[in-house]
Amino acid sequence: MSKIIIGRYIPGDSIIYKMDPRGKIIATFLFIVIIFLANNWLSYLFLSIFTLLAVWATKLKPKVFWDGVKPLIWLILFTSVLQLFFTTGGKIYWHWGILNISEYGIQNSIFIFIRFVMIILISTVLTLTTTSLEIADGMEWILKPLGYLKVPVAQIALVMSIALRFVPILLDQAVRIMNAQRARGADFNSGGLIKRIHSIIPILIPLFIGSLTIAIDLATAMEARGYREGAKRTRYRVLKWSKYDWINLGYFTLLTLILLLTRTY
Amino acid sequence: MSIKFKNVDYVYAPGTPFQTQGLSNISFEIKDGSFVAIAGHTGSGKSTLMQHFDGLLLPSKGSITIANQTITVDTPNKVLKEIRKKVGLVFQFPENQLFEETVLKDVMFGPLNFGFSEEKAKEQAMRWIEKVGLPEETMSKSPFELSGGQMRRVAIAGVMAYEPDILCLDEPAAGLDPEGQKQMFDIFKNYQQLGHTVVLISHNMEDISKYADDMLVLEQGQMIKHASPKEVFSDADWVKKHYLDEPAPSKLARSLQKVGFHFSSMPLTVESLVEEISKELRAKGGN
Repeated sequence: MSKIIIGRYIPGDSIIYKMDPRGKIIATFLFIVIIFLANNWLSYLFLSIFTLLAVWATKLKPKVFWDGVKPLIWLILFTSVLQLFFTTGGKIYWHWGILNISEYGIQNSIFIFIRFVMIILISTVLTLTTTSLEIADGMEWILKPLGYLKVPVAQIALVMSIALRFVPILLDQAVRIMNAQRARGADFNSGGLIKRIHSIIPILIPLFIGSLTIAIDLATAMEARGYREGAKRTRYRVLKWSKYDWINLGYFTLLTLILLLTRTY
Repeated sequence: MSIKFKNVDYVYAPGTPFQTQGLSNISFEIKDGSFVAIAGHTGSGKSTLMQHFDGLLLPSKGSITIANQTITVDTPNKVLKEIRKKVGLVFQFPENQLFEETVLKDVMFGPLNFGFSEEKAKEQAMRWIEKVGLPEETMSKSPFELSGGQMRRVAIAGVMAYEPDILCLDEPAAGLDPEGQKQMFDIFKNYQQLGHTVVLISHNMEDISKYADDMLVLEQGQMIKHASPKEVFSDADWVKKHYLDEPAPSKLARSLQKVGFHFSSMPLTVESLVEEISKELRAKGGN
């Protein structure tokens, strides 16, 4: 389980760490939108340069990012290969039945490949450099306007921070329960599909019971410390917009402008 | 069937940014049929070490010989299962591992996994449910209807029901009432006297001095002492320096020493303390 890099935070001290999570989240989402502005070699070149600069600015080892891309590599290759064989147009180099390799096909499959990798890299930059609590705080701020539509934003934010807080605890507990059952002879890695599904029961039931117990205890503890639903609460963790966030925003605007200028219509 | 560690290293999450050294260069040998205590500060590697005993963790370097099998980095799963049958492991708060509909079924889970017949598994389960001090009617109850202490007993019975040659316990009495603690330890001591090896992780120095006859002290993933509790606790300064505590009877004995009592050997348990004091008083009374 230690191999999964998505959603993990690695402590560090580069400029990206100093940015406000709100700015980072918004930039990441918008990045996924503006990536579709790119439609020729030049724009893709700029896109790649800007992304790689952002990756470089984290000052983290490149291997960490490779770990982020690796689990999705088959999906990326599959999509690229489909593009390669099923796109027509331009010069045709090879043809067999409905399959063909054309000039546009090659170009499109490379574009799709770059697009995928860039999206993964940028979202990995966000998750690696931002703690899950920061992300929850940032999301709460972003969701605030929904409060006017009677969406209980504060409660959603609380649920999010509690959920994020308990991910590592439940993961630990799952590993511990698994080990305890393995010590009692349970085997999770052999047998057919049905047998394997059966072998999950000794992990799932204790895990469910454990999470319910935690939930009840936590609710009692929160009430004991004065938490009331719907009561007005103050904030302890305050997000602060700094000069680094203007850099982030400027960098992003610059990329958008370049993509608009280099785009062919 | 002795346990032998040879230059064992363990590294968590090797090759990732989260790499940490769990154990480094651990070597020792434990005699058959002994009651071994593992002590050390929180985070010193006690639990990591214990998970090596039945192959839940495999050493990154070095080898372990246990139950006539050798564990190295690339021991296959099949061998590990053999080992797990002979080494029972009771984790901290083992009540978290209960899952079956009835207590009886839960205790039978281990024996059935290790190839006992249905009949034999049931017999063993019933025997151990009784031995850990649970009334007979709990057998058909759901484990989740029981109190925390009773759940703990069910979980311990679940490991002892397949009667492993080596029983490893990680703070088995944590959170039990004093009476329950004593009861559980009597069961473990009794089990050892039947010829099994018992390994105990504990922060409680009184328990260690009372029950153990051999002791390993860990610090930051390294073994800093392997001796009998008597030897370990004989050097009060060393004990203090390594964040351990002396058993309460020795502490009292040391204060008595300051006011003129003489002890031929440092008493570790209440019984030996009482004996030493009465010996001393008798000697004084004779004068």
